[in-house]
Amino acid sequence: MAVSSSDVLIGQGRPNAAGLRRDQLFERWTLLALTAPALLLVLITMIIPVGWLFWLSFLADDGSLSLEHYRRMIEQPSYGRTFLITFEVSLLTTAICIMLGYPLAYVLSQLPRRIANLCMIAVLLPFWTSLLVRTYAWLVLLQRQGLINAWGINLGLWDEPLALVHNLNGTLIGMVHIMLPFLILPVYGNMRALDRDLLKAAANLGASPTRAFWLVFFPLTLPGLLAGTLIVFILCLGFYVTPAVLGGGKVIMVSNRIANDIELFFNWGAASALGVVLLILTLLFIALAARLVRLDRMLGGGPG
Amino acid sequence: MSWLDEPASETQIPHRSRLWLYVLAALVLTFLVVPTLIVVPMSFSGSQYLEFPPRQWSLRWYESYFASSSWMQATVTSFKAGALTSLVATPLGTMAAYGIFLSRSRWTVLLYVILITPIIVPVILVGIAVFYAYVRLSLVNTLIGIVLAHSMLAIPIVMLIVTSALKSFDMNQELVARSLGANRLKAFLLVTLPQIRFAVITSAILAFLTSFDEVIVAMFVSGGDNSTLTRNMFTALRDQIDPTIASISTIMIVVSSLLLAVSQLFARSRKD
Repeated sequence: MAVSSSDVLIGQGRPNAAGLRRDQLFERWTLLALTAPALLLVLITMIIPVGWLFWLSFLADDGSLSLEHYRRMIEQPSYGRTFLITFEVSLLTTAICIMLGYPLAYVLSQLPRRIANLCMIAVLLPFWTSLLVRTYAWLVLLQRQGLINAWGINLGLWDEPLALVHNLNGTLIGMVHIMLPFLILPVYGNMRALDRDLLKAAANLGASPTRAFWLVFFPLTLPGLLAGTLIVFILCLGFYVTPAVLGGGKVIMVSNRIANDIELFFNWGAASALGVVLLILTLLFIALAARLVRLDRMLGGGPG
Repeated sequence: MSWLDEPASETQIPHRSRLWLYVLAALVLTFLVVPTLIVVPMSFSGSQYLEFPPRQWSLRWYESYFASSSWMQATVTSFKAGALTSLVATPLGTMAAYGIFLSRSRWTVLLYVILITPIIVPVILVGIAVFYAYVRLSLVNTLIGIVLAHSMLAIPIVMLIVTSALKSFDMNQELVARSLGANRLKAFLLVTLPQIRFAVITSAILAFLTSFDEVIVAMFVSGGDNSTLTRNMFTALRDQIDPTIASISTIMIVVSSLLLAVSQLFARSRKD
């Protein structure tokens, strides 16, 4: 069915034009048909069920259409607390990631390529080990008779074992560890790409190192920093495993609450309503991110 | 006069004034690497409480892992699910990436967005949605169910990698092959695929790891004889800290490092 150039040259009359059009149409449908199996899988296992839950969230317990689940979310203060802690944990994680990740990216961006690449392996290593394994590692390190407490007491830094895990501290440590590479990568890429002659110029014109950093370097790294910040924050909103294991039941984020609604109470309506709110929040922040930064560039590009 | 007083960057700041920055960077790097690596020696500890460095070395946690039929069964399930996910998601994702990349239809953007949603939607929502659907399709606790759900999660990853490879591929080569008489499939298999094969292999490895490391969906839809390793680990972690998990973690670290090293080798040989 290939359309070769000779066909075009010879084809002057109408029969050929119709044939070409038919070929083109066939071609287009063949290409679209290639996406069909993947599309079918995503539709059946994800889009339709999510739509189903969406519908379910608007049904009262007796099966009638109502906003009961959403109303309860506003009226019951426990829901407010869940959303509050979700935002609190996400904001804190993002802030700590910026404070730790930006300086590291800055140092790495000034090292010779070879050494920087070696260090990047260290940044990427946790990226590629199972989230569950890393969460487990933190559990072992942070627990009461864990390594950190044992060393801290041996070195005389503190006397009593600190409560480092099964609370907000543990959750934050675990989440920062998981999220740091997501911040470092875009910031590092941004820093490597910018024109360092601008800093020489600033120094030449008499700017002190601090001034040159804040007035010239830092503003130029804002796109990367913004992209990293948004990616980290959006991913944090949906966290489940780390707060479940390291939070010890004290840090209940939206995802944990959804799982509890299903596992403990079999309350599909309430879980679905929470899921819908979480999805809408996520999409809102992605939309915001898409307006602020070229997100497609960060994700490796869209179609075409 | 030492290197400490030499300018460290274009701003002419001497190393001495920013030693704190190097210390901080070293600490952050340590923070990133050490927790993962410390599990490995600890898994060889002989005592009930995981110590570092272990006072006596032993293989007892590996023995208890290999002796446990439920851990063994879960390991087999995880490897099966990972391999099958890779076998399903790689061709499906590659086909979809190819179709969307080449077609000029106005539907392609919509198709692309739909196919990429599994990495946008919060995983917990995917988990309960899949669970809800599987109850009706009686796919809960089946290997097929896990593989289909994990393939859905892996398709966007395969698509992203293959699409970016197609972007740097000169499609005119395929046109040449077709004008010389090859049909589309043959042109793809003989001309395009060999040139994007590294991207395809990388995406196959990542599809395997997506399934192998996945917790939340597996928590909802795998169980009984078809529990995955991560699902069992997660339940065990919530109850108490069983040192056997240290040995399983070590094995999981070895599996993902090996696979990633393989994909890195492929990436390197592409550059030569």
